[in-house]
Amino acid sequence: MNDNEFQAYVQEGGQVETGDAMPDDYRKALIKFIEMHGNSELMGVLPEREWILRAPTLQRKLALTAKVQDEVGHSQLIYRVVEDLGKPREACLDDLVAGKTKFHNVFHYPTKTWGDVAVIAWLVDAAAIISQKALLKCSYAPYARIMKKICWEESFHILHGRDCILALMTGTDEQRELVQEAVTRWWGPLMQFHGNPIAAEDDPMYRWRIKSQANEDARQQFLDGYVPQIWELGLTVPDPRLRKRDDDGVWEYSEPDWDELKHVVTGHGPKTEERLGFRRWSREETAWVRNAVLPQAA
Amino acid sequence: MSEDDITKPAGSRSEGSVPESAQRILELADDELILGWRNSEWTGIAPFLEEDVAFSSIAQTEIGHARAWYELAARLTGRGRVDADTLAFDRDPDEYRCAPFVEARLVPDWAKTIARHWLYETADAIRIEALQASDDPEVAGLAEKIDREENYHRMHADMWAERLRDEARFRSAVDELWPSALGLLEPGQRDRLCEILSREPVDPVERGEHTEELRPLWEEMTMVRRSVPGASW
Amino acid sequence: MIYEVFRQEREGQPFQHGGSLEAPNLAFAEAYARELYGRRDESFALWIVPRESIEEVLDPYVADVFDRDYRRVDGYSLKVKLKEARELAAKNAAHFPREESSAISDLGPA
Repeated sequence: MNDNEFQAYVQEGGQVETGDAMPDDYRKALIKFIEMHGNSELMGVLPEREWILRAPTLQRKLALTAKVQDEVGHSQLIYRVVEDLGKPREACLDDLVAGKTKFHNVFHYPTKTWGDVAVIAWLVDAAAIISQKALLKCSYAPYARIMKKICWEESFHILHGRDCILALMTGTDEQRELVQEAVTRWWGPLMQFHGNPIAAEDDPMYRWRIKSQANEDARQQFLDGYVPQIWELGLTVPDPRLRKRDDDGVWEYSEPDWDELKHVVTGHGPKTEERLGFRRWSREETAWVRNAVLPQAA
Repeated sequence: MSEDDITKPAGSRSEGSVPESAQRILELADDELILGWRNSEWTGIAPFLEEDVAFSSIAQTEIGHARAWYELAARLTGRGRVDADTLAFDRDPDEYRCAPFVEARLVPDWAKTIARHWLYETADAIRIEALQASDDPEVAGLAEKIDREENYHRMHADMWAERLRDEARFRSAVDELWPSALGLLEPGQRDRLCEILSREPVDPVERGEHTEELRPLWEEMTMVRRSVPGASW
Repeated sequence: MIYEVFRQEREGQPFQHGGSLEAPNLAFAEAYARELYGRRDESFALWIVPRESIEEVLDPYVADVFDRDYRRVDGYSLKVKLKEARELAAKNAAHFPREESSAISDLGPA
């Protein structure tokens, strides 16, 4: 199969398995995309893990530990897929801590209060799930398969998030203020999360059916699902232009700061250095364990 | 039995007025909570991903067991004014009954972490077995349920202890932690631990006085809860 | 070492591939498989196999050149013959009346 035939094959729904012949560019694009996903799950743990230690009830402590554990589990699944495509996990982690590969914008920002914990589980996870559901149709079958398990586990996170938010919103004024303040701070990164709109024809990720949902579609889906939830609780969003058009149901909003997005994902977010440093440190301290116990890592 | 009997340190009233098992329960609950808290410090940064997921389950189970013991302790007060969360978080650090053994922060030292995990599980098995023979059917019943889940922890600890057996840093970690491991158990149970591990007894680090690590742990653990006292979360 | 994990969703169901994991040996692999595929009680049973023990066969059919319709359901066309047999039976029944056997009508559609 030449490259054109391969493209036609995947566009018609053809599936690709690990050992199949595939264009070099397809393999490279897959590795880059999937690796970024793995990096994001792993880096996403860091803003949340400190709050496990600070959870205000035993139930929340357990639920948050389970959620973070799932995220580590997802990175395990994802890096295994990348490894089978040809890039070993250790190489992925080396590149991550050296700042050579990327992870999603939202994980470069600080978490300041318990309000952030609730908002992340409610809104940030929701934004991520929309993208993840679209990946169920990825032409690369091993990735599509793990997405099924990932989406199933993420459904618990959404419930946990909602539960935390509702507890705060039915609590004291201070608790409600925690939520509002967090929503206000996270709104910008949330709107940038799905990326700036790109025409599908120009994007090889669509031509190869690695991605099957346009960035703007994902964002619209997020707004449609979650702005009503935000507003019905009496919360506000820091965008006076945000509204849903009556005629075509499309959400209008202020243009997200694409410069901020670029700046952050290229490694200049408020917490990027600190978090990569933390990962680098913990990796170095535990290198002896991998060498002693996992022969490939040596 | 009143709430005060549960929460005040043992020395502040005559020993005879507080049933033995109630003291043991709170020691157990506090040990599991603090050890679970310390083990949670590895979530996301364990040596490799598969182990991260496994160790996180162990931490969760410990906290789950702590919760079960706190619930039992709360029921024993008979007044309904305390629940598991009140006992877990709303006491002063000096009122906790955990052993010094569980208080130390061991991240990023995996050898020490596994040494503590292995010593703890071995010792804990002894006291859980004793509690299964308790006169109080609630205590005995809970001990039995917990014992079943602890099987998995023991397997995991043994698996790692076996794998790290030849690592000098693991052996020296076990040596270093041995005195406080002994202090986890009541005096009558220590010989059994020595026997199981084929180790000589040493002067134990006794329960009763906390290390300086407990207060900062407690402050971080309770900071959100204390920020809005009495709130529902 | 890479291990493959197969999981049985419910009792009696076939084992299906769940995923793979890295572990030093089988004892660790078992511990990790339980965690990754069982911590939510989502599997009834697991099979854990070193990846190197698995033989992958990508083109499973052994003989695909000549037509072997005798192995397939659609290789049998009963309609015409059944019609003929029924007509013949009906004709014979007219000459030799007896209880119509239910055997033929039990055959169902061809």
